Amino acid sequence: MSMKPTYGSIGVKLVVLLIAAALLFAPFLFQDVRSIEVAARICIFIVLVASYDLLIGYTGIVSFAHTMFFGFGAYGAAILLKQMGPGWAPVVLGGLAGIALSLVIAVAIGLLSLRVKAIFFAMITLAAASVALVLASQLSHLTGGEDGITYSAPDLFKPATKLLVDAEGKVLKIAGVRMNGKIAAYYFVFLSSAVLFGLMLRLVGSPLGTVLKAIRENEARAEAIGYRVVAYRTFVFCISAVVASLAGTIYAVWLKYTGPETALSFDIMIDILLMVVIGGMGTMWGPVIGATLLVIAQYYLRDLMGAAAEAVSSVPLLPELLNPDRWLFWLGILFILLVYFFPKGIAGTAMEKGVRQ
Amino acid sequence: MSVLSLRGLRTNIGQYAVLHDVSIEVPEGGVFVLLGRNGAGKTTTLRSIMGLWAPSPGSVFFRGRDISGMHTADIARLGLAFVPENMGIFGGLTVAENMVLATRNGQFDKGRLGYVQTLFPALKKFWDARAGSLSGGQKQMLAVARAIIEPRELILVDEPTKGLAPAIVDAMADAFAEIGQSTTILLVEQNFQFARRLGRDMAVIEDGRIVHAGSMADFAADAELQGQLLGLSA
Amino acid sequence: MKGFGMTRWIEKMGGVNLLPVAVMLVGFVLIGAPSSWVTLTVAGLAMGMMVFLMASGLSLVFGLMDVLNFGHSAFVSFGAFVAASVLAGLSGWLGAPSVLLNVAALALALAAALAFGLAAGLFFERVIIKPVYKDHLRQILITMGALIVSEQIILALWGGTPITVHRPAFLEGAWIIGDISIEIYRGFAFALGLVVFAGLYFTLNRTRLGLLIRAGVENREMVEALGFRIDRLFVGVFMLGSALAALGGAMWAGYLTLITPALGGEMMIVVFIVVIIGGLGSIEGTLLGALMVGLVSNYVGFLAPKLALASNMILMMAILMWRPSGLRPAVK
Repeated sequence: MSMKPTYGSIGVKLVVLLIAAALLFAPFLFQDVRSIEVAARICIFIVLVASYDLLIGYTGIVSFAHTMFFGFGAYGAAILLKQMGPGWAPVVLGGLAGIALSLVIAVAIGLLSLRVKAIFFAMITLAAASVALVLASQLSHLTGGEDGITYSAPDLFKPATKLLVDAEGKVLKIAGVRMNGKIAAYYFVFLSSAVLFGLMLRLVGSPLGTVLKAIRENEARAEAIGYRVVAYRTFVFCISAVVASLAGTIYAVWLKYTGPETALSFDIMIDILLMVVIGGMGTMWGPVIGATLLVIAQYYLRDLMGAAAEAVSSVPLLPELLNPDRWLFWLGILFILLVYFFPKGIAGTAMEKGVRQ
Repeated sequence: MSVLSLRGLRTNIGQYAVLHDVSIEVPEGGVFVLLGRNGAGKTTTLRSIMGLWAPSPGSVFFRGRDISGMHTADIARLGLAFVPENMGIFGGLTVAENMVLATRNGQFDKGRLGYVQTLFPALKKFWDARAGSLSGGQKQMLAVARAIIEPRELILVDEPTKGLAPAIVDAMADAFAEIGQSTTILLVEQNFQFARRLGRDMAVIEDGRIVHAGSMADFAADAELQGQLLGLSA
Repeated sequence: MKGFGMTRWIEKMGGVNLLPVAVMLVGFVLIGAPSSWVTLTVAGLAMGMMVFLMASGLSLVFGLMDVLNFGHSAFVSFGAFVAASVLAGLSGWLGAPSVLLNVAALALALAAALAFGLAAGLFFERVIIKPVYKDHLRQILITMGALIVSEQIILALWGGTPITVHRPAFLEGAWIIGDISIEIYRGFAFALGLVVFAGLYFTLNRTRLGLLIRAGVENREMVEALGFRIDRLFVGVFMLGSALAALGGAMWAGYLTLITPALGGEMMIVVFIVVIIGGLGSIEGTLLGALMVGLVSNYVGFLAPKLALASNMILMMAILMWRPSGLRPAVK
């Protein structure tokens, strides 16, 4: 086997680099509010999906509780920002509280179910996630229930904050972009996401990543060699839960709103699954591609579907299925086809192509 | 003509090639013994014949018919019975239920049942007991009894003496000698003393390849060869 | 050795089978008022039986082929909506004074759900699941994808607004005994579940087909090596399981009287908890788990409404810590 990277893998990395560059310069490239929202959401979902890839791609176990950990981080920061007022202390404390809760629950679930049967794990995480969702809507004095919580971000991120001023004391514009708190908030999201993603890349490149791959390839054999499979899986589950929780905290700071729809709902879990499968499991590059494609589709595909539904309005049922609210129908079908025919997703499939001699 | 011919059988499990080139001819009647060390590929050979692992196409012939690629159940219907290494007993079912499952239509042939129960009297005693509660030796008897409750053309037996007490091994040897009168048996063994009592023809498998084939009488007389192939001290 | 004697006595009286009775006793002590307790217990047992209908197929399918179908709840939803549509179409018969017409409408609605379940089960097994036997990761993903698509189809066909389910007149109302009132529909649901359980139990334990299924749950390979095509048997079990889930959904729709497409997703969690508590692969375990979950949900729903769903989760955790494979798993 040739050790040279394939052309496909070079291509995938180029695409990832392109995405990274686009995100880095997003405020300058796309100067409207919606685009910045999209870019920030992409950053956060890359981290969230990559942390999920650690679990599903590198250990082969399926969790449905990833949104729950995301939610813990988000609600941790949100609740404290609401109670203590804007500032960095509530963000840090809330983030830590989210991490602590995530760790406790991840360890409990891991030890309880991974010990018996990996398939229990999927069912138990699903049950746990739904309980968390119900609790969040019922403990309304703390979480704001269905309505969620609105709060202010730390002062640095307020749109009125002047990062740089020109000679007249007005907000400095660089390439037409105002250097205000909004920019600071975006780069806070971008940089913290980049750091988290970098850490995960290091992790899968480390000896631990090699062990994980061995377990994924052949569990019985890894066990025979002496790896404690349950311990490794629980450990990875914890890591991925912590990263998801941090992503939740970042998202809470960016949105200045946290509710079941943005941080806990099962729809987010489905989004994560779609992104990791479409992008490609077990590559770390896949989540970047998957998250970028799907977030863009979420924001722009609906408009397209609405137009398509108009066009076929005389055909029975088809307009119903082309209704923008039904976009999950098409994604679901795409998802099934991908799992059948391209289980490695875009990145995994592309990286096998173009072997260099 | 041979009952069973393996011609250049290769089997991969996952990405690992376990059998590279297994070719044997099992003649009609008697016991054919396949010897080999742990991990040489004995169990994989039997499982490949039964279609429980996928054998390479065109490599397994039963009475001249290519059965590689057929479904396990259809292979069994041709008249092959399989006694796996772990015995494959249904522990939650009774002895009677285990036995009745091995019949084609749920009915025992009275004479045949009598014959099997004479061969293994313990089964009659525990007929309505849960099979999971039997001793190791009794489970092995049940596994063999299940294989012969209806007339078969070929019985594949994987290490029937593993973990059994010497007295039971003796009883087992007598039973196989008896069964071998009427049915061809392909026996996989590590216990050479047991194998030499029963075998007429034999082969040795090593690292997924047949390295020796011949008559048991010749092999039993050649201590040097035994030492070389099986690591037995003369 | 008093404790040992006690353990023996419990084993003799039925062991884990006594757990629902124990739950009932604890419920009685905590609730206090006998009339409320009876109402809640009947509701709990009725819910348990309906959940049993939904869960039994999932458990058997897993036991037989090691297939875990995350799309199982789609059959529950479809069963509910198909039955609701049939009942709506036959609303003239439902209100008719003739009990015969009442029964006919109900029978048609349940039969439609069953037939739909059988057909959908066949399609699901052949198209969705067959290509990914033995590959758990892809199985979970694909069945989850199928669930998403199914939910969207229900939304497209029936819309997202709640739909009222018409019940036949003879199942409306309650039996009044002293100060205790028992809803007739709950009694009917319980009886139907019991009949299905008895039928399944008889089939599994007294027929050759059942023997093959039990043996297949224990050791599929060996049954195949004995000459039986488990994969073909499996299609049948899968269809039956899907049909029972649809039947359970239809009954649940009548119980709720107001249904939304979220019904399947909500029940899926309960169904999973039930099969985990009961132990995968055995219908006795599934029945036990279903009855316990039904009782606990209703008792806790009365005593501490906010904890209703969490209570099932806690029950599951407790049982898993005590018995990691569930109460009565199939022998493997």
